[in-house]
Amino acid sequence: MDFQAKTEEKATKMELGATLLRRFYREMLRIREFEEEVSNLLEGKEVQGPVHLCIGQEAVAVGVCAALERDDYIFGAHRSHGHYLAKGGDMRALMAELFGKETGCSGGRGGSMHLVAPEVGLLGTVPIVAATIPLAAGVALASQLRGDSRVTVSFFGDGATEEGVFHETMNFAASRKLPVIFACENNYYASHLFLLERRTKDNIAVAAEAYGMPGSRIDGNDVVETYLAARAAVARARRGEGPTLIEFITFRWRGHVGPSWDTDVGVTRKVDLAAWMKKDPIARLRSEILARDSSMDIASTDVEVRAEVQEAIRHARESRCPPTEKLTDYLFKNDGAEVLPNAGN
Amino acid sequence: MREISYSQAIREAFVELLRTDSRVFILGQGVWSPWYVGTSMKDLDKEFGRGRIIDTPVSEAATTGAAVGAAIAGMRPVVIHPRMDFMLLAVEQIVSQAANWHFMFGGRVNAPVTIRAIINRGGEQGAQHSQSVHAWFMHVPGLKVVMPATPYDAKGLLVASILDGNPVLYVDDRWLYNEVGEVPEDLYSVPIGKAALRREGTDLTIVGSSYMALQAIIAAEALAENGISAEVIDLRTIKPLDDASIIQSVRKTGRLLVTDGGWTTCGVAAEVIARVTIQALESLRGPVARVCLPDVPAPMSAPLERAYYPGSERIIEAVERMLDSSEARS
Repeated sequence: MDFQAKTEEKATKMELGATLLRRFYREMLRIREFEEEVSNLLEGKEVQGPVHLCIGQEAVAVGVCAALERDDYIFGAHRSHGHYLAKGGDMRALMAELFGKETGCSGGRGGSMHLVAPEVGLLGTVPIVAATIPLAAGVALASQLRGDSRVTVSFFGDGATEEGVFHETMNFAASRKLPVIFACENNYYASHLFLLERRTKDNIAVAAEAYGMPGSRIDGNDVVETYLAARAAVARARRGEGPTLIEFITFRWRGHVGPSWDTDVGVTRKVDLAAWMKKDPIARLRSEILARDSSMDIASTDVEVRAEVQEAIRHARESRCPPTEKLTDYLFKNDGAEVLPNAGN
Repeated sequence: MREISYSQAIREAFVELLRTDSRVFILGQGVWSPWYVGTSMKDLDKEFGRGRIIDTPVSEAATTGAAVGAAIAGMRPVVIHPRMDFMLLAVEQIVSQAANWHFMFGGRVNAPVTIRAIINRGGEQGAQHSQSVHAWFMHVPGLKVVMPATPYDAKGLLVASILDGNPVLYVDDRWLYNEVGEVPEDLYSVPIGKAALRREGTDLTIVGSSYMALQAIIAAEALAENGISAEVIDLRTIKPLDDASIIQSVRKTGRLLVTDGGWTTCGVAAEVIARVTIQALESLRGPVARVCLPDVPAPMSAPLERAYYPGSERIIEAVERMLDSSEARS
């Protein structure tokens, strides 16, 4: 990014209103509070399936989703509670899904790794690494064919950029100028393995140039930065100018899976967690909001968010699991009504 | 009724759906080429434009995934793999994504994508240009797999696949492209999951699909000249299998031979035989048999190819052996 662009961006940043910053704060806190409680529920064995927490990375989901309209689409991966909540998915249905309840967003068939909220444009999150990247391009292709001006975002981690289908899709999307945004959350670890033990250079965003699309690398722990980067990419996609790759530099505080702090798998992380915790996106924004207006009532947001999460837990506990006689439900979608009459034979 | 070829029937299904359903579009390698996928896609790009008929980079996983994604968004895409061998680069998108999508999200989203997998073998193409691995996909819950044998079914099953709300693997065989048969000009669909009784008989049941269903009919005609009355069932759909039609026929004839163009082990024939022995063992008058590919990669040299691919003669031999052995037992 050149100097002029940087200056313009700083100016834009200052123009962002207090309401928007408050919204960012609330949305990030909802994710944090939700996941802290999920961590407790994991410890207490009330939630038992594999759960990948995004604590520390909330600014990416919130900033990017704030740049989207409700009917824009997103896809996620295994660490996607944040994406689900930031796009507007119902928190109660998310918690119920983690409990394996019928009221869950996926009817208790998915769990933490298979989330969906089509009513707000989340078309699916899946744990096969990079798998939703081409799906997002396909949805963008559908939008292009229909001329509906919607934008699709694919959220994935740094590990996904090592999959062939990431490169295939970047090329395909660029060649068709698809309205898709590749949102890479680089938290430096694919499960237990550090980035530079998987590739020679810390340069994921550079891939964009090879495929003929803009690529940028930004501070993924600054929600205003993530929002502005996404906003520019969304505008470009809506203008029909094609895809963008954004690499968000961030860090997960917890282990790859479960509630631990990575102390259980014998991994000494090569990046200093304590230093990253000082860059907590929520604390940073809180300071910024209070610096602008020290009389701002942030405590009430904290109370409301806590109550919302507790209500989600209560709802999940009180819901029932899918009955076993429904084991084979949803295997196929039955839309026989669309099938044309058989011409005989 | 008017007669057209199998490949013309496929093309006609595309033309009629592209004209009437704005959700339908096509992507795949070679679809702008006049010869890459036979004549079955010829000039569709000229009639419907290269926005809707998309020739793609050499990226099976991405293009298959893009088709699945577009389907999730409400379109009715068809992704074309000119050779099933190359489609294997996209198995993740077919098996883990498309097939699971509706179930694992509790029915809230679906992936109505058609994946056209073309069997393109023979002609000394060797191991990586000849594979028929349709049976793998029978194993996967959430997928439907159709294998038309006739021009009528080639059109009707393609229409049904595209209009189905689920992912469907549509497997067509280039050895069938010049088969000619009656095909209605109107848009119609052949129901997925329904076998066709191609010939009635009383001595045994021969079950097959696609090219091997036609070979079974040829074999049955030859057997009739020797006084053997074979009933032929063309599966048309291998997933979900039409158990009822198979079982009904075996109950009548008491003997079963299954033929399939894939490898023997864990193939279509194995599944059909398992179902018959579970559901109708008491009806069997003798051992069952199967005529499939040997468990060997496709060879190149022409004499080896002739030894490799079964046809009607191999079916006739197997039937004769089967009847001999069951007579010896009785």
